[in-house]
Amino acid sequence: MVEQALRSTMLETVHESLGATFTDFAGWRMPVRYDSDLAEHAAVRERAGLFDLSHMGEIHLRGPQAADALDHALAGKLSAMSVGRAKYSLLLTQDGGVIDDVITYRLAEDHFIVVANASNAEVDAQELTTRAAGFDAEVDDASDRTALIAVQGPASEEILLRALTTGDSGVEGIGAEDLREMKNYRFAEGTYRGEQLLIARTGYTGEDGFELYVPDELAAVLWEQLTVAGGEDLTPCGLACRDTLRLEAGMPLYGHELGRDLYPAQSGMARVVALTSKGDFVGREGVEAADLSDRPVLVGLVAEGRRAARADAKVRDTEGREVGAITSGVLSPTLGHPIAMAFVRPTVTEVGTELIADVRGKDLPVRVVALPFYSRA
Amino acid sequence: MTAELLYSKDHEWVRVDSDGVAVVGVTDYAAEQLGDVVYVDLPEAGADISAGTEMGEIESTKSVSDLFSPIDGTVTEVNQAVVDAPELVNSSPFDEGWLVKVSFAALPEDLLSAEDYTAFTQS
Repeated sequence: MVEQALRSTMLETVHESLGATFTDFAGWRMPVRYDSDLAEHAAVRERAGLFDLSHMGEIHLRGPQAADALDHALAGKLSAMSVGRAKYSLLLTQDGGVIDDVITYRLAEDHFIVVANASNAEVDAQELTTRAAGFDAEVDDASDRTALIAVQGPASEEILLRALTTGDSGVEGIGAEDLREMKNYRFAEGTYRGEQLLIARTGYTGEDGFELYVPDELAAVLWEQLTVAGGEDLTPCGLACRDTLRLEAGMPLYGHELGRDLYPAQSGMARVVALTSKGDFVGREGVEAADLSDRPVLVGLVAEGRRAARADAKVRDTEGREVGAITSGVLSPTLGHPIAMAFVRPTVTEVGTELIADVRGKDLPVRVVALPFYSRA
Repeated sequence: MTAELLYSKDHEWVRVDSDGVAVVGVTDYAAEQLGDVVYVDLPEAGADISAGTEMGEIESTKSVSDLFSPIDGTVTEVNQAVVDAPELVNSSPFDEGWLVKVSFAALPEDLLSAEDYTAFTQS
């Protein structure tokens, strides 16, 4: 087998100078941590963290029928979304399984951006191109020229105000009031050093925060500007803490809680599928025909102690019958006890149900809880 | 890296104290690779362990790794401090973060010197 060279973002040398440990994530050489993933996790919960997410995909759809094309291609009704808003949605297979979960931004009546997971970005771009073929809409995969930097945590707004709304910030068209008044899942468009800048109040950590999209060549200068303005309040964060933060927040990760062999409803995502509010779309038939009565369902599990049940650990009921498996699990840095998400039989999903996780041969008593494990105050 | 220690290719270190007992821990290289250690599962005092075989587990937020014994012998003492505060593996891998003490008859011949271990981790 030929080993493919890892791709790297525009910020690779910045990460190296910060002493990052790198990992191969979906073919990208990405920072897994800079120093301590627990300290980075805590920084996001208490102040703010700075993330390079430029490996994610940005796919534009433009044209008079861009909204109709997305209504056909995705599970949600994107045509009903106002300009300036963002929406979580799913890209489904014909059979109703999940190819990816995406965030879609509406920049204009006839212009959308679909933000894809790094591991699926190419497949998503291909699928969107195929699905948009019958519509008056152009698909443009800008993943290779778009950088994404996230600032996440309770101090995020203050840091962005300091970094981007002072006289010489280089930002035009987005002011302090725009940031202060920006609600969740809204965004503003402006320019940074003359190039397009999109700032959205979105994230994947369970905290308040922003995601900033700029052309690749401005990534390093924007990172530096945020770092200087953030000072002690802003900690560079790797993908290790991104995973523990999203897990505490009960957010699914593609390949773990979402996948082609899972219907959205199994992952608690039935509400994302617009069966009643729009016409035909790819996946509708599959979702409608699905018999979910015996399909495993996603639940949250908690345990005592410090030993966490990890992905692939089997779950049994108290009589020893196998009832499912864990998809993500960790010792929660914020809560101090093990947490996990698991797919289990529909008969054992009730909150409070006692189950057993097989942690590498040792039994760990676990209990079903409602998601998320952690919500910000 | 500490000169008087011996190292295994599984990234454990061994130090023979003046009382003839071997102290075993994991290297700073291993600690760095693991990330923040949040749980260690160690053998109990009295357990027989043998070189190259699993004697416990070490968990970070990211992963779980098997802990291999670098020597043959019997565990005489377990570091309760590291069980209670696994972060000692990161903050002090060669000192406060030691894992077990082991009585032994002979050290395996394939343990590495500090120099050879450094070369091994950089290869």
